[in-house]
Amino acid sequence: MAAQARNADYYRDNLLSGNRVALARAITAVENDRADAAAVLQTIYGQVGRAQLIGITGAPGAGKSTLVNAVVRELRGQDRKVGVVAVDPSSPFSGGAILGDRIRMSEHGNDDGVFVRSLASRGHLGGLSRAAARVVDVMDAAGMDAIIVETVGTGQSEVEIMEIAQTVVVVCAPGLGDEIQAVKAGILEIADILVVNKADMPLADRTERQLRDAMRARRRDGWEVPVMRTVATTGDGTADLVAKAAEHFARLPAAARVHAARGRMHKLLAATAAEQVRAGVQGLRGEAVDALCEAVLRGEMDYAEAARRAARLAVADPGSGHDPG
Amino acid sequence: MNTEVQTTTPEAPKLGEAVRVLLAKPTHDCHDRGVRLVARKFRDAGFEVIFSNFLLPSEIINTAVEEDVQVIGVSTSAGGHMPVFEDLIAGLKENGLEDVILIGGGVIPADDEAVLKDWGVKAVFGPGTTAEDAIDLIRAEFGGPA
Ligand SMILES: Nc1nc2c(ncn2[C@@H]2O[C@H](COP(=O)(O)OP(=O)(O)O)[C@@H](O)[C@H]2O)c(=O)[nH]1
Ligand SMILES: [Mg+2]
Repeated sequence: MAAQARNADYYRDNLLSGNRVALARAITAVENDRADAAAVLQTIYGQVGRAQLIGITGAPGAGKSTLVNAVVRELRGQDRKVGVVAVDPSSPFSGGAILGDRIRMSEHGNDDGVFVRSLASRGHLGGLSRAAARVVDVMDAAGMDAIIVETVGTGQSEVEIMEIAQTVVVVCAPGLGDEIQAVKAGILEIADILVVNKADMPLADRTERQLRDAMRARRRDGWEVPVMRTVATTGDGTADLVAKAAEHFARLPAAARVHAARGRMHKLLAATAAEQVRAGVQGLRGEAVDALCEAVLRGEMDYAEAARRAARLAVADPGSGHDPG
Repeated sequence: MNTEVQTTTPEAPKLGEAVRVLLAKPTHDCHDRGVRLVARKFRDAGFEVIFSNFLLPSEIINTAVEEDVQVIGVSTSAGGHMPVFEDLIAGLKENGLEDVILIGGGVIPADDEAVLKDWGVKAVFGPGTTAEDAIDLIRAEFGGPA
């Protein structure tokens, strides 16, 4: 690959001071779990937890990317540095992807106060990519005041965004049959703010009414989920939306932010531990593991039980994968 | 429900590092169907394609920086491409991104092509070439899914 690994000194000197090339490289490092990912993480932890994190989710075509663009404009008006993480699906056949969200954000193409990064889901389900949380942390450490995360947007309930964003904005639009679909898919459950975008369209009133009915008396931790109207293409309503998100962010106690950061770290540890166990099991040699495999093949042992035992073997003897001498 | 057995859910072909390509169309011609077709072919070849409709070279460079791409593909068919390439090459240098490969496509006269290659543009894919030619070149440069 073109970019070579960089060490902790490089990231300490360049990433935290907001160098854009260093930020981009750090994101690639954590996204690809490259050798220098550890150097990046070592640099950023201790520096994260300052940014306001807003998630944008909703059905394809609802106007998420266009809304991100308008929200970025609003935040720039407040002179805040803004990061955007936009996730699109990878092809399950080729592993490739077309990442087109930033087409809607072209008005910020020359603004040094905006950093947009497109991520492919790379087979990860749940609306984000495996590395998305870490990418957000990297942007946070690099000095972004607000970070907006646009999920893949399947119209399904992409709950993972709740773990990353402090405020989840669910975007609906008239004409997509969204209202009922959204209720069915449980997507409204994850909303801190519900947006009826394309409010310039004729059926917007009806959509809004239906969503208000669906949301009636839905509260989370004493927060009544507001239903707001926007026209993302013109920016109408986005100032109110940004104000509402700020209000939601402000009432979030510091403890909750720590809690969220701890939750993300927990998940990161789980993913890393899973990889360590996998590598350990893969590296097992000898009679014990052979016996487990054969027992499953003969139908004498439950597959899940065999996996549990193999994991225990690997953890008990982390060195067994290596050839002695 | 027992979820433990699902820890090895088959995933998309695992690309440790997908090749990232920025496709840009910096001149004012109205059809971008050609670029869209190339984008799909690139995706099917396993590349991650960042698609933008930026016009200014500075915006293209900014995008290349942010997206950390290895390849920039520039499609032009309305002329006026030489200064664009000049600015792009200068912009890459300014940001220390000389290792990013620049390729051209669309309608670029042979005379211009020679000059562009002299400037360091890796290849120019004009009429008569296919997306597969570009895919082969990128794979040769960075490897790719088997
Ligand atoms: N009329 C109208 N069209 C909109 C509005 N917001 C977005 N669109 C259009 O809806 C389409 C899909 O927008 P996009 O942002 O890509 O949706 P996404 O798939 O949810 O990210 C585009 O053609 C937008 O121009 C809006 O408020 N009103
Ligand atoms: Mg989008």
